[in-house]
Amino acid sequence: MKVEAKVLLSLGLFFGIMCAVYWNWSLENAGGVMMFAGMLLCFLPGGYYYWWSRRMKARPEDNPYATQAEGAGVVGSFPGTSIWPFTLGMGAFFVVLALVFGIWFLVPGLALVVWALLGGTAEGRRGGHV
Amino acid sequence: MTDVVNPPATAPAEDHAHDEHHGPTGILKWMTTTDHKIIGLSYTVTSVLMLVIGGLFAEIIRGQLASPNSSLVSLAQYNELFTMHGSVMIYLFAGPFAFGGLANIIVPIQIGAPDMAFPRLNALSYWLYLTGAITMLLGFFTAGGAANFGWVAYAPLSNSINTPGAGADLWIGGLLLTGFSAIFTGVNLTATIFYLRAPGMTMFRMPIFTWNMLVTGILILLAFPVLTAGLVMLYCDRHFGTHIYSVAGGGVPVLWQHIFWFWGHPEVYILALPFFGMVTEIIAVFSRKPVFGYKGMVFATLSIAALSLGVWAHHMFTTGVVLLPFFSIMSLLIAVPTGIKIFNWIGTMWRGEVWFSTAMLMALGFLVTFLVGGLTGIYLASPPLDFFTHDTYFVVAHFHSVVMALVLGGMGGLYYWGPKITGYLLNERIGKIQFWFLFIGTQVFTVPQYILGLLGMPRRIAVYPNNPQWKALNDWSSLGAALIGISTILFVINVIVSWKKYPAGDNPWDAQTLEWFTTSPPPHHNFYRLPQIRSERPTWDYNHPEHKSLAHGQHDTAVHADEVKVP
Repeated sequence: MKVEAKVLLSLGLFFGIMCAVYWNWSLENAGGVMMFAGMLLCFLPGGYYYWWSRRMKARPEDNPYATQAEGAGVVGSFPGTSIWPFTLGMGAFFVVLALVFGIWFLVPGLALVVWALLGGTAEGRRGGHV
Repeated sequence: MTDVVNPPATAPAEDHAHDEHHGPTGILKWMTTTDHKIIGLSYTVTSVLMLVIGGLFAEIIRGQLASPNSSLVSLAQYNELFTMHGSVMIYLFAGPFAFGGLANIIVPIQIGAPDMAFPRLNALSYWLYLTGAITMLLGFFTAGGAANFGWVAYAPLSNSINTPGAGADLWIGGLLLTGFSAIFTGVNLTATIFYLRAPGMTMFRMPIFTWNMLVTGILILLAFPVLTAGLVMLYCDRHFGTHIYSVAGGGVPVLWQHIFWFWGHPEVYILALPFFGMVTEIIAVFSRKPVFGYKGMVFATLSIAALSLGVWAHHMFTTGVVLLPFFSIMSLLIAVPTGIKIFNWIGTMWRGEVWFSTAMLMALGFLVTFLVGGLTGIYLASPPLDFFTHDTYFVVAHFHSVVMALVLGGMGGLYYWGPKITGYLLNERIGKIQFWFLFIGTQVFTVPQYILGLLGMPRRIAVYPNNPQWKALNDWSSLGAALIGISTILFVINVIVSWKKYPAGDNPWDAQTLEWFTTSPPPHHNFYRLPQIRSERPTWDYNHPEHKSLAHGQHDTAVHADEVKVP
């Protein structure tokens, strides 16, 4: 976890320095704000990982001498198949078409989106449709 | 030690492998799958289709430019063609092919993961990409035609007065969908690499391709939301009466350029880094050596990511409102890590047993073409030279050198990983002919454009004065485009000719990384068993215990591999 944290924190640090130099030199706000936001986007997860990396034991994937047996067990619950991403994607498609061709496209679009959100959540609670 | 094989780290794998036999088949399987390999394959096929569509637009453009004052297409059609050529190639081919296609399939296998971290989000990414592509291309079927403001959609050209019509809105809508698709893929890649590595696969043992995809994922998360926000504001300007990019209402048109290129320049590295990774893997495997300067490669990739956030306004030198020295220095600096990479690629080949397979030839073609594109990029980073060449064919030639290098690298990736994905090799003879067409075609296509640019030919013009010098150079460029077109046809022929003909086996190239340890194609959830991981080349260490990888800095010279059969 330490390396992951350091990657993000060092990127964030660089963006911060670059932001300070750029903003003070150019006095141009759009780029300054975007670089500042880039710094925050790196510090937020990077700081979280760093905070955790000091409090947890090294995971098997962080230990250069780990054996495969150390990783045995359940990695996580992976869904087998699911129709809901497709439903949600089509819903988003219709919502975007509503932006262009007419507001009535929102009706099937939002219906599909809501249906997919409900279905996907229910599926997630059941542990996935396999 | 290396021959000890433990049961898989992924206990549920057996259950799911069993379950898949009961799952849906046919089109329902395609619609409901959450398997990263099938999603990645869908991405790959769709994006190669986009390459063909974008390539057809390019061939029509080059046909129009083959003679001065040509009337192959109308001026309005020409505007649509170059807009959609750029949009299809950048938004719908290059990125999705790399981070949605090959990375989606290869990254989880390279780190020993059973799937992507969020399989259903991964499937959603694909559906948003597919519908986004359809949305963007729908523009051709509307009354006003497709978007025609160039792939950069500069304000105020992109407002509702200068470019009214559904085509432009469909372009914005399509980009919103593909933008979210890219963001979700970025989340997925980052989470997968951070959380699903196999035991012993420390960060500094990940293959360079996976490292590059991690950095690509982070860059996607930094850059794409900016574009998506910018597009929402553009849509509001067009339809809801806001004045964010219009001077009339107190807005700032150049803000669009800032937002667009704040996405657009990291995007160049989002496109390039995956291909850098592919080429690194290919060169190491076909030189039968570990990657030279592994840590240098990783730090070069991270430096490119770090610098890429501070170079966007080198696209805006001629606007007169950007800080020239800052952006010039940053753009020149980014050549340093890129140079380190090229040095390391050459170092990897140095004293290796180079095997000139199709994949290796493509990677070498990438190296040469990218070097040309990269060096001309250094010229363009200098404001005085940029003032002279901005919006001329010099710039067109520069970025076509770069992106054609990526096409070469991507083809190398398909020849290299295709056997792992499908279980069958492609024909090497046709592949090599394809390589020469693609490589020579690329140079014949771009080099005359550099000269045309220096002679002053502007980009995005459908007709040009009848000047014999310009005509000859444009003819050469069109000939190059035709050669590239033939190479694409040869690739399609190769896929048809080699269809299920040359079984690949698990490890046809005697490669080094974890994806070559499992079967071809890999089973559901990827691994029946995993080797002990003690270096960045676990498969090599397992297959060649006598030539195991040494600690960093103590690499042996080239080692002799067993003979490998090629079709």
